[in-house]
Amino acid sequence: MLRVDNISFAYERSRAVLQGVSFEAGRGTILGLLGPNGSGKTTLLRLIAGTLTPLTGRVTLDAADVRRLSRRDLARKVAVVPQETHTTFDFTVLDIVLMGRYPHLGAFELEGADDVAIAHEALSATGTAHLAPRAFATLSGGEKQRVVIASALAQASSVLLLDEPTASLDLGYQIEIAALLTRLNRERGTTMVISTHDLNLAAALCTEIVLLRQGQVLARGATADVLTASNVRTLYGVDADVQFHPRAGHLTVVPIARAN
Amino acid sequence: MVTIGGFGALAFGACLLAPLVGSTPIHLARVFDRSIPFADNVDAQIFFVARLPRVLAAALVGSGLAVAGVVFQAILRNPLASPDTLGVSAGAALGAMLAITFHADFSLLSVSAVPLASFAGSLGALAIVYGLSAARRRGQSTMVLLLAGVTLTALLSAVVRFVQYLADFTETFQTVRWLMGSLDVAGYGPIVAAIVPMAVASVGFATLPRVLDLMSLGSEAAAARGVDVTRAERVALVSASLSTGAAVSLGGPVAFVGIIVPHLVRLIVGADHRLVLPASALFGAAFLIGCDLVARTALAPVELPVGIVTAIIGGPFFLWLLFRKA
Repeated sequence: MLRVDNISFAYERSRAVLQGVSFEAGRGTILGLLGPNGSGKTTLLRLIAGTLTPLTGRVTLDAADVRRLSRRDLARKVAVVPQETHTTFDFTVLDIVLMGRYPHLGAFELEGADDVAIAHEALSATGTAHLAPRAFATLSGGEKQRVVIASALAQASSVLLLDEPTASLDLGYQIEIAALLTRLNRERGTTMVISTHDLNLAAALCTEIVLLRQGQVLARGATADVLTASNVRTLYGVDADVQFHPRAGHLTVVPIARAN
Repeated sequence: MVTIGGFGALAFGACLLAPLVGSTPIHLARVFDRSIPFADNVDAQIFFVARLPRVLAAALVGSGLAVAGVVFQAILRNPLASPDTLGVSAGAALGAMLAITFHADFSLLSVSAVPLASFAGSLGALAIVYGLSAARRRGQSTMVLLLAGVTLTALLSAVVRFVQYLADFTETFQTVRWLMGSLDVAGYGPIVAAIVPMAVASVGFATLPRVLDLMSLGSEAAAARGVDVTRAERVALVSASLSTGAAVSLGGPVAFVGIIVPHLVRLIVGADHRLVLPASALFGAAFLIGCDLVARTALAPVELPVGIVTAIIGGPFFLWLLFRKA
């Protein structure tokens, strides 16, 4: 159980980024974080990942405060997939995936055969096994994102945080990543927290949604209850048509016009 | 492992063969001929007393600068970073120049004033860098550290030139020669003195390879995979600065080794720092031994400053490698 409990945060003292944010995500939940630019989604993910410390409140994982866990212990429980990944040097795809094994190794320990096996399994699970010897920098955006997800899988954590994982991908890759995440969630029971601007992706993927507006929770709950035309209007100032799409099997959001 | 063995053989071979070359030709077989007592074995005396200290100094300076270059490039996520980037070399230069100009006359454990002062200078610069890295914890980017290092270098170099401008001709000449780098050490004392801080740095380096791999994905990605970023940066900066300081106080700020050797090695072994770090240490040693060999033989009996040779040999070689790959 991931619990965000009355979190507040500010980068500069005068301007609060998050104020009194609370929600929880049970094991195996796919939770979507939606909100306009600057609403605090990425900051919230950093607080959950323990790379930032909240001013008030706390984030707990199975009742343990993430700020009290060592970086290594936390990395065994929470993995992060950023929007984009750049490498300074020419690492291979297998190198990148093996980096996910870091929190499971001792200070001077080398990766063993089992770590390599786990990395290959993670590559297979994301459909990137054939890319293993390639240089990471030469991959397409969609391939890179699948490899980074494989690296997160190799980390063998129970929680996966994804920051706009499809933002720089074309439609084909967006669908593919969504299907991959759904499958991984079903097969492994991984809890996922996904920030996104893509309402249809959220509708297809997420079982629960938290709406963030100016650093505060506007609404939270089951996707069908939260993803409404009225909430979309409040959140983005856009009139939208929100309907269940029988062929897609989930809600779809069609933006119509800027609301006045 | 095979690759590291190859680099090891190269460095060891360089240490063994480079002392054979010089104004008086000597033979390896005679050097290690145990039937002749050392007092009568001229070849062995030339090998161990006259030439080996210099070759070992080249090895230490080369590997110290190369490894520091690897670490600075990875931790600052910038392929143009080098041991000079954070002002450590400039600090060392300032220390040496002050000792030369003011005729400092003191020694510690058989190390004379100039190397001592240059090491102190590099530690002073390190202290400033350390302060900067503490400030960095308040969410500053590596770019701030990089810019601060470049600024510190410019500032210290200006002070060096200011004191030079006021100093008389002899002292200025000595300073200029020191700044070009020279491995002309007398005996094993300075080498032993340089080994101590380098050994301390090596302990730090030994914890770093995988951390550097992860840091090159960005500090946030590294943290998410379990790296204590603040601690890792501190260990990396301190170790690399110690290593640079020891190398510079032994051989002067030898140009180019710290930037070219890491890239050369990466072209050969790839990006994995578990290979890049030891391979750079070994190749840096072999590279500088080779350059110093050229420096003392090319225009014999005139000796070239080794810093000029590293750039003249290393530059075109590196360019060739880069464009052959492209």
